[in-house]
Amino acid sequence: MIHKYQLNGFNIVLDVNSGGVHLVDEMTYALLDYIAPPFAAECPAQALAALADTYDIEELKACYSEIVELSEAGVLFSEDTFTQYSAVSVPSPIKALCLHVSHDCNLRCAYCFAATGDFGVGRKLMDAEMGKKAIDFLVANSGDRVNLEVDFFGGEPLMSWNAVKEIVAYARSMEKQIGKRFRFTMTTNGMLLDDEKIEYLNEEMSNVVLSIDGRKEVHDKMRPCPNGTGSYDHILPKFRKMVSLRGTKDYYVRGTFTKYNLDFSEDVFHLYEQGFDQISVEPVVAAADMPYALTEAELSAIAAEYETLANRMLENEKKGGKFNFFHFSIDLNNGPCAIKRLRGCGCGNDYVAITPEGDIYPCHQFVGVEGYRMGSLVDGSFDTEMKAKFAAAHVGNKPECRECWAKFYCSGGCNANNYLYAGDILKPYGISCKLQQKRLECAIMMQAARFAAKESEEA
Amino acid sequence: MKHIKTINKAQLAATAKKGGCGKCQASCQSACKTSCTVANQKCERD
Repeated sequence: MIHKYQLNGFNIVLDVNSGGVHLVDEMTYALLDYIAPPFAAECPAQALAALADTYDIEELKACYSEIVELSEAGVLFSEDTFTQYSAVSVPSPIKALCLHVSHDCNLRCAYCFAATGDFGVGRKLMDAEMGKKAIDFLVANSGDRVNLEVDFFGGEPLMSWNAVKEIVAYARSMEKQIGKRFRFTMTTNGMLLDDEKIEYLNEEMSNVVLSIDGRKEVHDKMRPCPNGTGSYDHILPKFRKMVSLRGTKDYYVRGTFTKYNLDFSEDVFHLYEQGFDQISVEPVVAAADMPYALTEAELSAIAAEYETLANRMLENEKKGGKFNFFHFSIDLNNGPCAIKRLRGCGCGNDYVAITPEGDIYPCHQFVGVEGYRMGSLVDGSFDTEMKAKFAAAHVGNKPECRECWAKFYCSGGCNANNYLYAGDILKPYGISCKLQQKRLECAIMMQAARFAAKESEEA
Repeated sequence: MKHIKTINKAQLAATAKKGGCGKCQASCQSACKTSCTVANQKCERD
């Protein structure tokens, strides 16, 4: 399977099964419409006849030879050798927790999938003892996994500050003894950050995700305080300070775009201009009847905006600037292995979410969804059948994904989105798919542009 | 090659044979939390 497309003046061919990315000339791009494996030694007469008026016959034959050579090398029209690995996608050890230390929040974000913090099930903070039980659960179910991840999430996790510190200390105290490493992360709105917390989080959290949507008016419209005033001015100086003191540790400033800011490249660049260089701005997840929701009607505008963003980033790089945009970040050489790409996010299998009450769900987006409570830390229950169901929710078992060129990049989409908007964890949510495909096309184009620029410099 | 330039190593099939060690980060822990983004994760195999 190949996927070919034209963007920003480049003719790009992705070989889906090998991951090969090829820059081709117009003749090759046209010829690929007329040929398919198995390849004969000579270029098919039908293809030559179709293109003879436009291109030189001898050049077409030479072009055909190059295609055949790459096919024989396994980087073009390569075969699907991955299906066999689907069958071995068995339940894995649990290696990551989304720890909901707070089902309460000090903002009232309009688009919050957690129903402004409480996930629709009432405001509550996790106490340290429940957090320690969660750590014990993770360790007990982690098998041979060495790196164990705990993301402090909410609601707003800083509202459970003392519990966070106790939980971290508890986990750290056992690292040597159990021979495992904890990697803590936190997703925060920043309202409660102060110098003490910044210092602690920069020491203990391997990554922090700092929620800010972009321009002040965009941010304040969707992320107000409980009294209705905007939160932008409260958080921006704190985030700047935190990042300036963070050294080489990971962070992201992370925003959400909605129907209200379809010009979201402005928000990405606004964040860049505030001094941030690790930026993620992502489409809102919302029911179609919400006024800010992204629907089919917005798809063309969003696609155009992703192109605008990609081009602006490339222009910025030419001027010596650079930042990382999470959804355009792809390592075409040393990215995740094929097994990870088959299995996807791992929700409900190697990743679960735990609520303040100790309830276990497949991930943070499933919290409160009827029928998806997997167990409880209180009574020790855990639904291994549901775990097996999520383990089997890989690309090979998603019929629409099997035919999609992007399958090894999105890995079958977000299972929660699939369930909440398409009704089945195995059925991809069409709007997400289209956005994902567009982002991938832009991301690969950017790599092609960098490759071409480097070649041009060296010539 | 004159007509085609390959810009990467294209070795996805090879990674299947020795992959699946699970040392890498769970993708939703990195930044997304609302969308599945796997291909931008790092391989952490020793």
